[in-house]
Amino acid sequence: MSPTQWDFPVELCCRPMAFVTLTGLDVVYNAVHRAVWDAFCANRRADRVPISFKVLPGDHEYPKCRPKRTSYEWYIPKGILKTGWMNKHLNLVPALVVVFYELDWDEPQWKEKQSECATRVEIVRQSLQGRNTKVAVVLIQKKTPLPPGEDVMASERAAALCHACELSGKSLFVLPHTDHLVGYIIRLENAFYEHAQTYYYTEIRRVKSHKEFLNKTTHQLLFVRHQFKIAFFSELKQDTQNALKNYRTAYNLVHELRAHETNILEIKTIAGFINYKICRLCFQHNTPLDAIAQFRKHIDFCKKKIGSAELSFEHAAWMSKQFQAFGDLFDEAIKLGLTAIQTQNPGFYYQQAAYYAQERKQLAKTLCNHEASVMYPNPDPLETQTGVLDFYGQRSWRQGILSFDLSDPEKEKVGILAIQLKERNVVHSEMIITLLSNAVAQFKKYKCPRMKSHLMVQMGEEYYYAKDYTKALKLLDYVMCDYRSEGWWTLLTSILTTALKCSYLMAQLKDYITYSLELLGRASTLKDDQKSRIEKNLINVLMNESPDPEPDCDILAVKTAQKLWADRISLAGSNIFTIGVQDFVPFVQCKAKFHAPSFHVDVPIQFDIYLKADCPHPIRFSKLCVSFNNQEYNQFCVIEEASKASEVLENLTQGKMCLVPGKTRKLLFKFVAKTEDVGKKIEITSVDLALGNEMGRCVVLNWQGGGGDAASSQEALQAARSFKRRPKLPDSEVHWDSITIQASTMIISRVPNISVHLRHEPPALTNEMYCLVVTVQSHEKTQIRDVKLTAGLKPGQDANLTQKTHVTLHGTELCDESYPALLTDIPVGDLHPGEQLEKMLYVRCGTVGSRMFLVYVSYLINTAVEEKEIVCKCHKDETVTIETVFPFDVAVQFVSTKFEHLERVYADIPFLLMTDVLSASPWALTIVSSELQLAPSMTTVDQLESQVDNVVLQTGESASECFCLRCPSLGNVEGGVATGHYIISWKRTSAMENIPIISTVITLPHVIVEAIPLHVNADLPSFGRVRESLPVRYHLQNKTDLVQDVEISVEPSDAFMFSGLKQIRLRILPGTEQEMLYNFYPLMAGYQQLPSLSINLLRFPNFTNQLLRRFIPTSIFVKSLQSNDTSIAILHSHV
Amino acid sequence: MAVCVAVIAKENYPLYIRSTPTENELKFHYMVHTSLDVVDEKISAMGKALVDQRELYLGLLYPTEDYKVYGYVTNSKVKFVMVVDSSNTALRDNEIRSMFRKLHNSYTDVMCNPFYNPGDRIQSRFVCLGRAFDNMVTSMMIPVC
Repeated sequence: MSPTQWDFPVELCCRPMAFVTLTGLDVVYNAVHRAVWDAFCANRRADRVPISFKVLPGDHEYPKCRPKRTSYEWYIPKGILKTGWMNKHLNLVPALVVVFYELDWDEPQWKEKQSECATRVEIVRQSLQGRNTKVAVVLIQKKTPLPPGEDVMASERAAALCHACELSGKSLFVLPHTDHLVGYIIRLENAFYEHAQTYYYTEIRRVKSHKEFLNKTTHQLLFVRHQFKIAFFSELKQDTQNALKNYRTAYNLVHELRAHETNILEIKTIAGFINYKICRLCFQHNTPLDAIAQFRKHIDFCKKKIGSAELSFEHAAWMSKQFQAFGDLFDEAIKLGLTAIQTQNPGFYYQQAAYYAQERKQLAKTLCNHEASVMYPNPDPLETQTGVLDFYGQRSWRQGILSFDLSDPEKEKVGILAIQLKERNVVHSEMIITLLSNAVAQFKKYKCPRMKSHLMVQMGEEYYYAKDYTKALKLLDYVMCDYRSEGWWTLLTSILTTALKCSYLMAQLKDYITYSLELLGRASTLKDDQKSRIEKNLINVLMNESPDPEPDCDILAVKTAQKLWADRISLAGSNIFTIGVQDFVPFVQCKAKFHAPSFHVDVPIQFDIYLKADCPHPIRFSKLCVSFNNQEYNQFCVIEEASKASEVLENLTQGKMCLVPGKTRKLLFKFVAKTEDVGKKIEITSVDLALGNEMGRCVVLNWQGGGGDAASSQEALQAARSFKRRPKLPDSEVHWDSITIQASTMIISRVPNISVHLRHEPPALTNEMYCLVVTVQSHEKTQIRDVKLTAGLKPGQDANLTQKTHVTLHGTELCDESYPALLTDIPVGDLHPGEQLEKMLYVRCGTVGSRMFLVYVSYLINTAVEEKEIVCKCHKDETVTIETVFPFDVAVQFVSTKFEHLERVYADIPFLLMTDVLSASPWALTIVSSELQLAPSMTTVDQLESQVDNVVLQTGESASECFCLRCPSLGNVEGGVATGHYIISWKRTSAMENIPIISTVITLPHVIVEAIPLHVNADLPSFGRVRESLPVRYHLQNKTDLVQDVEISVEPSDAFMFSGLKQIRLRILPGTEQEMLYNFYPLMAGYQQLPSLSINLLRFPNFTNQLLRRFIPTSIFVKSLQSNDTSIAILHSHV
Repeated sequence: MAVCVAVIAKENYPLYIRSTPTENELKFHYMVHTSLDVVDEKISAMGKALVDQRELYLGLLYPTEDYKVYGYVTNSKVKFVMVVDSSNTALRDNEIRSMFRKLHNSYTDVMCNPFYNPGDRIQSRFVCLGRAFDNMVTSMMIPVC
């Protein structure tokens, strides 16, 4: 019995192909023959016909054909299927024998050659006697044949050769050995294929013809056998549809067989074969669901057909094989393009195969546990004469016996014993692991991570049983985290238990400790007695002793392990193990919490480390140290207790180093921060808790940050969600869940004890030196040193503000661009307790808008913290927002000499510029002086004296000035002519003497200048008097370069009589002036219309009287006659 | 009826697992855990289907040789998994559905209990809390015992 007894035979698993033998080829010494053979063998791809070729000598002996049975009446079959049958038809009995013979049509010794060829054919026929095997002849020729019909000799000789060899014309072929060998070969093999198919067709007919002789009672086995043969021949014929049909029939017939303990193995074996064929063909036909359905049916049929109870492991082995084979077929089909899904993939079949392999192992363990004294029977009942069985699935010691009664119970017993003893040597674990790893590969492909993990656990456990602890541990360790992260504690505990056993058996210290730590922890679902045992072992290990063996371990392995542990003890050094806890759930929990999110540098920093043990017995740790991002603090936060190794267990409940299960232990730490760390964050980077001591072994549990392990984040979430009221605890105790980790804190500066006041008069006025008075008063108990002031624009505002804001301490001079926006660290000196100082600050703001100003006072003070003298730097800042506004609004307008608003001015004609300064400041302003700076294009008519010197303006008051100007020529500039600047020098009325005067420059608007052809101005007194002559002189100036014709007329008025030219036409030369004199004689008093002067320029029709009105008065005030004013009387007398 | 009933939290950790006492408890734990692969896949396949039209019953998750595993997911992604003996052909889809619905109702009662903190494991030792749920599960598993 080979260990591969359960494997399907090769001839079952291969794809059956027509078997054709080639004779007469000397492939060793003849190069031409070699080339022909190579052409047959090489490149047999899917497009070539499915034939398996074999070269055999011409006199090869084919298997003898048994004489034909004429009647089945007395024939009783001895089994279902002979073991040699499939191989016989695949590899021994050909469908066609081809005789190769070198012969050209023009062969001179034709007769001799022809008879030699006939002899060769005859020899082949002889050895195939009784079979339907076809024979064909291929003539290897050197010459290329002529087209059919042209070579008369060839057709004659071909006919003769066929006759001599008793061949039909269809079985004679010519193979010219020329360039196109492969092409000829392909045509040849297609012809061979047809012959082979005919052969298999006749074989099928032959088998079918037996059917009528069979009867249902004695020939049940033959029904199956024949059906199987028909199906197999159909496969050889490549008729897979019929093959499938016949296999299905055969399968049903197998289950109709009468099953008994003696033949159940044979039935299952054949059923398994046929099922394999059916599934294979279904996959080949791309009907995978049929394959799956067939397989399910097969398994349901056979599951319960266990057979002999003493050999029940055989059934498990058979089941395992069925699943594995189906898995292989499924996988094969997927490789050829089938798509599988998550819930239907080969993995499930491999998994089930592994399950049956495990069952086989279990059964073998119970059934094959014979004493060592039980000897393997001699003679070997499993030996047969030929070394192989005659029929598939029969027992070697009773082959061919169909009776259900055991003729020789003793022989049966010996046979069973032999099988059982053989089974004992089978390495089950190896098979199981192979199957499991096949399944793992599949489930990985089909997105089943949990299934994969589960199978890996099983693999690990199997390795454990196979005593390969290293591999077991590797696998278990790999999957543990999956179960841990999903919180499946029961499963995790089970895996950890196995892992602990592995690490014990290998005496792997660190692993042993790690697994113990977790098995004692809250994630473990072990019972307390188990936990107690593990804790005791852990303490033993820490005291450099051997732990007790884990339960249920192999006794031999335990012996080895105990030696290993003993060796470990003698080894000194490297007994400190640091274990990071963030990836698992140890039995000690840790949380670090700073008392506050920030501490002033002058108070000690305090934090608590909370520890809680989940193990069943109190445990003492030897050292606790806390590490910070600034390592200088590490030294202050260490708790260590010098204790002897023996004390680990003693006085357990006392001392702060002792953790009582379930109780939260709080450890307070305190240290003073360095003054350099002000403004920095202090962070706990890790907490190290040491168990055991360096004398024995020491485990350092390392928590990253402020504690927490693999399970704590979920727990914290759950605790946060909870709205349960926690039961009251004594004051000294706290609820573990209520503690939140606070792993970092800020160091902030000492609280200042000074006051900073700002005094000023908002708003600030543009460009003024705005005064800000800063008062600093110390309320400290001791002297403060090195008081420094930083003041100015608060950084972080609009960058433009920085450009337009300047700060200085000296108000007596105007500051310019070079002054900064922020004055830093102005030393102010020291201050005694209660003392106060004042500092003036001047700010000049160039633009309007609001600005934030910062006043920051820093100082040094000596203070004591925890009896430690430190120098603290304190600071206090004040910010103030100051609005900047324009001090006044300046309005400018152009008016004519008659104070009429002018849109534009006329060249060389005087006009007035009026300025109006309106105070917008809430504080009184003093206008120190004003100045008009004219542009070169403007000239003044009279003196430019300021009319508003030293005027004080209250809010809303305004000051106006008026200047008479003339623009000599018209600038032909677009947009007008520049007027100049108006400069106002001013200051706050309240400002001190030494505060500089601010000059505000206002750019005056441009004015449009137009030319005028004729300027008329009138010379007349300021008023008239009734019946007194009123002389009026009109000056007409020609402003052009042309001689102008002017028509002048004066319209009479009711209020005046007048003398002078009433209507005249005259010429005025360029640049000259004509004077017109009129004497008006007022008739009525009051405001009277003057006789209107009307001028018509012939060259300038646009020059209208309307325009004229701008320059000359149209009315005059006439005083009445009754006046006793002497001057009037004198005038009167003149008239 | 059922041989194992499990309630799994949204985060895929077990809230409650009960299996027949006669068989290896661990086996069922593994079975329920591995079935979550299929549950996850089915949930992600459902995607953003309209919540009110979503079918809570996931159907047969996967068949093993001896058992059938069925799944059900609530709108808050709490999963119910039920393992039924393969040989029990009397159980039709409709019966499984109604069993799940019963389970869902019982679970809702637990959730409504003010003393229950969502996400905590359902334990029968809290009389008013888990006991009723436990009894209901027991009733679903009766014929086995």
